[in-house]
Amino acid sequence: MNDFAALLDRLAYEPRRNAKLRLLQDFFASTPDPERGWALAAMTGGLTFREAKPALIRGLVEERVDPVLFSLSHNYVGDLAETTALIWPGPNEGAASLGPREEDRDALGSTRMGGDAPGLGHNRPPLSVPTLAEVVETLATTPKRELPRHLAGWLDALDETGRWALLKLVTGNLRVGVSARLAKTAIGALGGHEADAVEEVWHGLKPPYPALFAWVEGRGERPESRNPAPFRPPMLSHPIEEEADLDALDPEAFSAEWKWDGIRVQLAGGRDGEGRQVGKIYSRTGEDITDAFPDLAEAITFDGALDGELLILREGRVQSFNVLQQRLNRKAVTGKLLEAFPAHVRAYDVLAAEGTDLRPRPFAERRPLLEALVRGLDHARIDLSPLVPFSTWAEVAAARADPASVGAGADADAIEGVMLKRRTSAYLPGRPKGPWWKWKRAPHVVDAVMMYAQRGHGKRSSFYSDYTFGCWREGEAGDELVPVGKAYHGFTDAELSRLDRFVRNNTVKRFGPVREVTHGHAAGLVLEIAFEGVQRSTRHKSGVAMRFPRVSRIRWDKPPAEADRVEVLERILARGEREIAPGADREATE
Amino acid sequence: MPQSASDLLTLTREGLYCPLGRFHVDPVRPVERALITHGHADHARAGHGRVLATGQTLRIMATRYGEDFCRTREEARLGARMPIGDVTVFFAPAGHVLGSAQIAIERGGQRIVVSGDYKRAPDPTCLPFEVVPCDVFITEATFGLPVFRHPDTRGEVRKLLESVALFPERAHIVGAYALGKAQRVMALLREEGWDRPIHLHGAMERLTELYKQEGVPLGETPKVVAADRKTLHGAIVLCPPSSIQDVWSRKFPDPVTAFASGWMRVRARARQKGVELPLVISDHSDWPDLCRTILETGAEEVWVTHGQEDALVHWCGSRGIRAKPLHLLGYGDDGEAEPDPDASPASEEASS
Repeated sequence: MNDFAALLDRLAYEPRRNAKLRLLQDFFASTPDPERGWALAAMTGGLTFREAKPALIRGLVEERVDPVLFSLSHNYVGDLAETTALIWPGPNEGAASLGPREEDRDALGSTRMGGDAPGLGHNRPPLSVPTLAEVVETLATTPKRELPRHLAGWLDALDETGRWALLKLVTGNLRVGVSARLAKTAIGALGGHEADAVEEVWHGLKPPYPALFAWVEGRGERPESRNPAPFRPPMLSHPIEEEADLDALDPEAFSAEWKWDGIRVQLAGGRDGEGRQVGKIYSRTGEDITDAFPDLAEAITFDGALDGELLILREGRVQSFNVLQQRLNRKAVTGKLLEAFPAHVRAYDVLAAEGTDLRPRPFAERRPLLEALVRGLDHARIDLSPLVPFSTWAEVAAARADPASVGAGADADAIEGVMLKRRTSAYLPGRPKGPWWKWKRAPHVVDAVMMYAQRGHGKRSSFYSDYTFGCWREGEAGDELVPVGKAYHGFTDAELSRLDRFVRNNTVKRFGPVREVTHGHAAGLVLEIAFEGVQRSTRHKSGVAMRFPRVSRIRWDKPPAEADRVEVLERILARGEREIAPGADREATE
Repeated sequence: MPQSASDLLTLTREGLYCPLGRFHVDPVRPVERALITHGHADHARAGHGRVLATGQTLRIMATRYGEDFCRTREEARLGARMPIGDVTVFFAPAGHVLGSAQIAIERGGQRIVVSGDYKRAPDPTCLPFEVVPCDVFITEATFGLPVFRHPDTRGEVRKLLESVALFPERAHIVGAYALGKAQRVMALLREEGWDRPIHLHGAMERLTELYKQEGVPLGETPKVVAADRKTLHGAIVLCPPSSIQDVWSRKFPDPVTAFASGWMRVRARARQKGVELPLVISDHSDWPDLCRTILETGAEEVWVTHGQEDALVHWCGSRGIRAKPLHLLGYGDDGEAEPDPDASPASEEASS
């Protein structure tokens, strides 16, 4: 457990992906089974046990520490698990400095093993540090009433970092900035495999994954996925930056379709050992999200896998991303939610069908198979993403500029561009360069005024690189700037260095790592911000927030008084929301 | 009639004042006569008339402020009793940094000890703390909360060396206060077997040189030459805390940012500073040592100068020891004596 804790501790402070990867690889290579397998499960969300409640932990601490001192400490540190980890008396620390006093402690009926701290030269055997395996297995099997005793024993035996990791683990708050994907990348690297190869076998495996480690270390066979509905890593596209990029491509070699503004999902279906139909919905990273979409899961009556976009449809019309977001944001999946936000999938590829892996086949062959499968399903929740006919790139450009003109009709607002797919290309996991291109619609732009700046992270940690910007609005005392978003990319290193200088030279106030910069009618800096859309926000004073905002130009020349008004954003928002009906629904979900 | 403690020592605008001896202790403004516990800038300021301190502290002050930092220097030998006015004074080691001392003030069988900043943990660069039994003990409380329990420094230094082993191509930039902490980290690295050069930011050079002259072996400590920064793969580089976030540190090869401070025990503090490798190494007493020291002095009364006073005052109360916070202003705010990193971003940056 201490090794795992040390890893988590280090990961929690490490901002760089490659350094995280190195730390993970080092840990997996040097830690024996089953400890590393349980660690992998903990980082990929593969552990299930009854979580400990904060009140239980607080109770344990207050038996050992004066509640006043604990409360002062908790206020200072701010995090219960961390405060507890730091304040928990070590094996050689007496009650002398922590209180409560001796007589109070006896009255409290301490659960502490052993009583008073021994000085040097005591004869008590050392407490044994639990392994992660022991912790996980105990948590899964132990009755609730015995949890405090186990927890106290472990806390006594672990060091501070170990206690912190344990408490984060048992309270279900283990967030260390490592994605499941990154952990799998590290595992694959142990044996020179790509993360996708790990992904392929992943869903048939159970913690602590002995077969997986045996395989990557060359000691065992490749594990067979017994999951009847496994995840298959998706194929991703590269962006077309400008129309001229297309000149290098032959229009005859490509097929075009709309790029839908939803979330990428994979529907996988199959029959298990007993012949029962299993349907799974996976996110693009392989996360199993079936439980969040029961309305869609029932539509998976086929054997195979479809690649498509999850969208909300009402009366046959695709709703904007704003509407989808309202369903995604909800934790509890209620009947009311299912009714108000019906989930659909617009399918655009087929990866497997009736036991055959179709990914090696060219797109031109997969497409008719997809059309046949979707037609055969005949389910209202799954339809086909239509092809966009064209013969020249100019026609594709026209379709991208105005989807409604090429048959997108009422769905045009949910289209964020066009996809170009090479007809001869197999379905290749990852982001191969060449076969798939995405050509997004031109973004919205506004001119906004920089209001606050914050230091960046990693390589940018010495620069003020995160900017909060605002637009004008009528306030009580005339026009005022209100924040509408935050951006931290879109500029070159040379521009960043100039922006950083501007921030340092124009600071009016400091709040910890944040600086407020001059912003008024005459003085201040205008940033042209590009963004994909607008949604409602309770966080911003303006009530609106942008999607994917980035700095598209720095307007050193423009006076702040000429920056845009919040109303410009509100109009974009209104356009995105007009599909919502009835209006009362939206109020209820906010 | 026995005098009360406040006859021996009172609080003035300048700081603690002994009316019977007509001197201040660690005054924050220029005064006629100052007794100085140690060389950190918040305790040792320039511009006093006469300054009484240990020889090492006087030399630290001269190094920092120039030879004319006061009108008259008076050297205190540790343990030697000196009559000043109507009181007797002596200095005893405090274990905080090179030359640091506690100051005991006596009259008529009563003794007050002003500890200054102190620690009990071993430090190869200065004399260890000595317990001086007293009636009134004046203590700091920089880390006066039970969450502050400093780990063994060896483990922290090993963390640094393990990181260098794992990332041999990256420079490790260690923020450390220029007086005391930096030299302690160097000495600890040498104890753990690091025999390669330890590279120094220019701001640490003179004090490190002084430590060497005072007989503290620190090995080879070259100053970083700006042009060479990009070649220092796998090097350990020490710089003032304000420089770890500075453009200066970005010129090193893919730097790992470390910071040696007691504050690094709290994750949020480390993250706010953008620290990737927190090293919990402090020159102040942690909570158990604050408590232990109070008990060992046998003091009936405790005054708490600066830091997290509330918890320590509460703890004294629960042990039947009279205690009060002094709410002294002016200490712990110069970016050197481990100020709370949240408290004064402006002054911390002023030194960068």
